[in-house]
Amino acid sequence: MHKLKPITPLGGDTPRVDTVGSITITEVVDQALASVAARNDQAGAVQKALADKIGLSLPEVGQSSQAAPYAALWMGPEQWMVMAPHDSHELLAAELKQIVADTASVSEQTDGWCRFDVQGAGLCDLFERLSNAPVRTMGSGTAIRTTAEHLGVFLWRLAEDHMAVLGPRSSAASLHHGLLAAAKSIA
Amino acid sequence: MIINHPLLGPRDAQEFTYLGDASLLNRPDWQAEDAAEAFHDYLYLRDNPAGEHRELWYHEQGDRSWLVVTRNTLTHEILKVELARDVAKAAGKAAQ
Repeated sequence: MHKLKPITPLGGDTPRVDTVGSITITEVVDQALASVAARNDQAGAVQKALADKIGLSLPEVGQSSQAAPYAALWMGPEQWMVMAPHDSHELLAAELKQIVADTASVSEQTDGWCRFDVQGAGLCDLFERLSNAPVRTMGSGTAIRTTAEHLGVFLWRLAEDHMAVLGPRSSAASLHHGLLAAAKSIA
Repeated sequence: MIINHPLLGPRDAQEFTYLGDASLLNRPDWQAEDAAEAFHDYLYLRDNPAGEHRELWYHEQGDRSWLVVTRNTLTHEILKVELARDVAKAAGKAAQ
């Protein structure tokens, strides 16, 4: 019998939390992710299926939506990232595929990404050092895919003082370093 | 350089990668009689205008969409930005 032990994107047993000045950076590991890409001319059908079955209305360009326990981000034209708690929705991709059937292609994304939640005053100061996204004009609920620390990331503004950063899991330590360095430079 | 993305608004050019002439969208019919010659021209022959040029850009660090950017090669002014899928769909309809 294999004794497999889950580790976080940063390689720890428990999610890492760092506090620098007013900023708290938390490693978030409890979310399952799946991408949903509408097939040709099926975007309306995908939106309807998800709205009818789980009450999730897929967001417009640059926006996000929530329908507890699910949340969705706009990724690109007719493509969305759907999230749900990992404990209750470990098989999120399979679950979504059942709902959308042949109207969309669904890909498991959970282990491809890492997520850091950055909270605290001075959030915009931190992110304008890290990326060229217009963070000061981002309203709550908007999401932008851009670069930070040379990595392609999603910046998802959850509240005025709360930004979620989704980046490539294999570069989690580099992204974490970039966030910490930016936090220290404004502390 | 800033590219005014049709969906996302002005975005920094470092988020994009460049492919080349937008005529690459017009792939020849591989079953046509003159397919070999058509593919030769498609692959190797390009206009090299001093002035307005239509080119393909990929928003790699963004929404991963392909764009057709009309750019003045003398001034680098960007005159028009369209989603390549819209351009291709419009061309497809026109051809039918």
